[in-house]
Amino acid sequence: MEKPPILEMRDVCKSFGLIDVLHNISLRVHSGEVLCLLGDNGAGKSTLIKTLAGVFNPTSGTVLMDGTPVTFSSPRDASNRGISTVHQFGGTFPLMSIGRSFFVGVEPTRKWGPFTIYDRKKANEIAVNAVQEFGITRIDDGDRLIGGLSGGERQSLAIARAVYFGARVLILDEPTAALGVKEAAHVLRIVLQARQKGIAVIFITHNVVHALTVGDHFAVLIRGAKAADFRKGEKTREEITDLMAGGEHMAELEAEIQHLKAPNASATVTTH
Amino acid sequence: MSSSSSSLSISGLLRRPEAGAFLGLLGVLIFFVIFGSMEFLKPSGAASWLNVAASLGIIALPIGLLMIAGELDISIGAMIPAGSMTVAILSGHYGLPIWVGILGALSFGVIIGLINGYLVIRTAVPSLIVTLGTLFAVQGIVLGLSVIITGTTSVALTAAPWAKFIFGQFVGGTFQVIIFWWLAITAVYIFVVHFTRYGNWIFAMGGDKISARNAGIPTEKLTITLFVLSSTSAAFVGMCQAILFNSAQVSAGMTFIFNSIISVVVGGVLLTGGFGSIVGIFFGTLTFAVVNQGIYFTTFDRNWSSLIIGIMLLLAVLMNNTFRRMALSYAPKKK
Repeated sequence: MEKPPILEMRDVCKSFGLIDVLHNISLRVHSGEVLCLLGDNGAGKSTLIKTLAGVFNPTSGTVLMDGTPVTFSSPRDASNRGISTVHQFGGTFPLMSIGRSFFVGVEPTRKWGPFTIYDRKKANEIAVNAVQEFGITRIDDGDRLIGGLSGGERQSLAIARAVYFGARVLILDEPTAALGVKEAAHVLRIVLQARQKGIAVIFITHNVVHALTVGDHFAVLIRGAKAADFRKGEKTREEITDLMAGGEHMAELEAEIQHLKAPNASATVTTH
Repeated sequence: MSSSSSSLSISGLLRRPEAGAFLGLLGVLIFFVIFGSMEFLKPSGAASWLNVAASLGIIALPIGLLMIAGELDISIGAMIPAGSMTVAILSGHYGLPIWVGILGALSFGVIIGLINGYLVIRTAVPSLIVTLGTLFAVQGIVLGLSVIITGTTSVALTAAPWAKFIFGQFVGGTFQVIIFWWLAITAVYIFVVHFTRYGNWIFAMGGDKISARNAGIPTEKLTITLFVLSSTSAAFVGMCQAILFNSAQVSAGMTFIFNSIISVVVGGVLLTGGFGSIVGIFFGTLTFAVVNQGIYFTTFDRNWSSLIIGIMLLLAVLMNNTFRRMALSYAPKKK
C-alpha cells in the first residue's frame, strides 16, 4: 500500500447560503509533488484554497492530512499543522524590514539585563540565510523594507519563510500572476526547489505555460467543479486552455480573433 | 544613491521614520532663534515650550501607537477634563484622600479605554467614529455630573504635599514636573516599541491586520490595550494639571485632539498605519510646542501661529513622504 497523500480532499462541497461554490471536489497531493490548480476567474480557486488553509470549513466532505480526517479551527491551526499559504503579493507588511516581517508573531528574543528584547541581528541573519538558500543572493540586508523588494523577491521571501517555519504543504496563490517573465522564472525555480525538499506544493494559476513547467499533476476547475484531473504529459497546452475556458469556446474565440486580424476585418464584422 | 561611506550613513539616517521630524525641529528652532531671540533657548524660555510639549507628548505617544496600528482615538479631548474633574471632585469637593482621586481619575481612563477598544473590535465601525461618540458622551457625563454634584463647572483642589511633589510642582520655578514624566514615559515606550516583540506586533497590525492575526498576534487584545493606554494617558495629564493648578474646569482639552495628531504626523507616523517611531513622535511633539510657543518670542502677531503650524504640517508630511520613499527604494549597492 502506498503512503497516503499528505493532503487530500474527499467530495468537498462548499456553499455560502444558497450559492454553491464548490461541488464534490476530490483532490490529493503527495509530498514532493506539485499539484497545479487551473481555472478561469470565478472558477472557485480561492474558495478551494481558503478551505484548505482553514479560512472556511467545508459544508460537506472531508479534508484529510496523512490519511486522517482533520478540521481546521482557523488559518493559524492549519499553519500549525504545516499548511502555509503564500498570497499573490508575498510580503503583506511593505513598511516592515525583512527580518521583522519574517518573524512576525514568533520574534526571536534575547536577554538584555533583566529584560527580554527582540533579537534583530538573529532575525535578520536567519531571514537572509533562508532566502539565500533559494538562490536569491540579491537579498543580503535584513534591515531593508519589504516594500523595496521586487515582486519576485517578495514571493521568494514568503516561500522561504514558509519553508523555514516547517511548511509541509505550500499553497501558492497565483504567485506568478503579477510578475515579469524573468521574475516569474525565478519563482518557478523556487517552487521546484521546494518540491525537491519534499514539500507538497499546490500551485494556483491560470497561466498554462507556468503550470506545465512545474506541475506533476493538474486539476482544472470550472464553475466550482473539477472538470479534469490528469498527470504530466497526458494533455497538451491547447487541450488544457480549452478545458479552462470551458470547452470549445477558446477555438471559436481564436477563430474570431483571426478573422478580425485579417485585412478585410471591418467588412466581416459588419456582416456579422 | 550614496557614493561614499560618509554619505551612506547620512542617507541611512534619512531613511529612519524620525528623520523628517528631527530636521523639522532643527528648522523651527533656527527660525525662532533668528526671528525671535536667544531668550527662547534659555531656561525660562525653554520651560514655556517644554511644559506644553510634556502634556501633549504624554498623549501623543499612545495616539501615535494607535495610528501605527491603524486606529485613532479622539476621545482623549474629553478624557483630559474627565481626569482633572474626577480628581478634583473626589479629593477636592468630597475631601477624600488624594490617592483616591488619583486612582479614580486613572480608573475612569481605563474604563473609557476598554469601552473604546471593545466597541472598535466588536463593531466594524471605524475608530474615528467610535471615539467621536465617546468624546461627546464623556463630555456630557463630566459636565452633567459636575453640575449635579458640585453645582459649578469649576472645582478647587488642594493636593497633599507628596502628590503635589510628584505630579504638580514647578521644578526650578518654571519647569513643570510633568516634563520628567514625559521623558521617563518616552524612554519606556522606546524600549517596548523598538526593542521588544510587542512593538513588532503593533507595526504588523497596522501593516495588515488579517495577516497579523493569522501570524498569531493577539490583535484584539492589543487594540484594547492601546485604547486603554491613550485614554488613561489623557486622564493622567488631566489629573496632573488639576493638581498643578489647584483646580479643574469642565472645558479644557479639545485642542489636544488636533495637536496630538499634528505632533504624531509631523513625527513621521503614516496616517494609514504600519510606519513610524517613538523618537519621531517625540521630536514631532517638540516641534509643535516650539512653533506654538515660539511665536511669543518674536515680534510677530501671535495670530499668525496657526498659519505657521498649518504650513509646518504640510511641509512635514511632504518631507516624510519623501523619506519614506527613500526608505522603500533603498537597496544596498552591489559589490
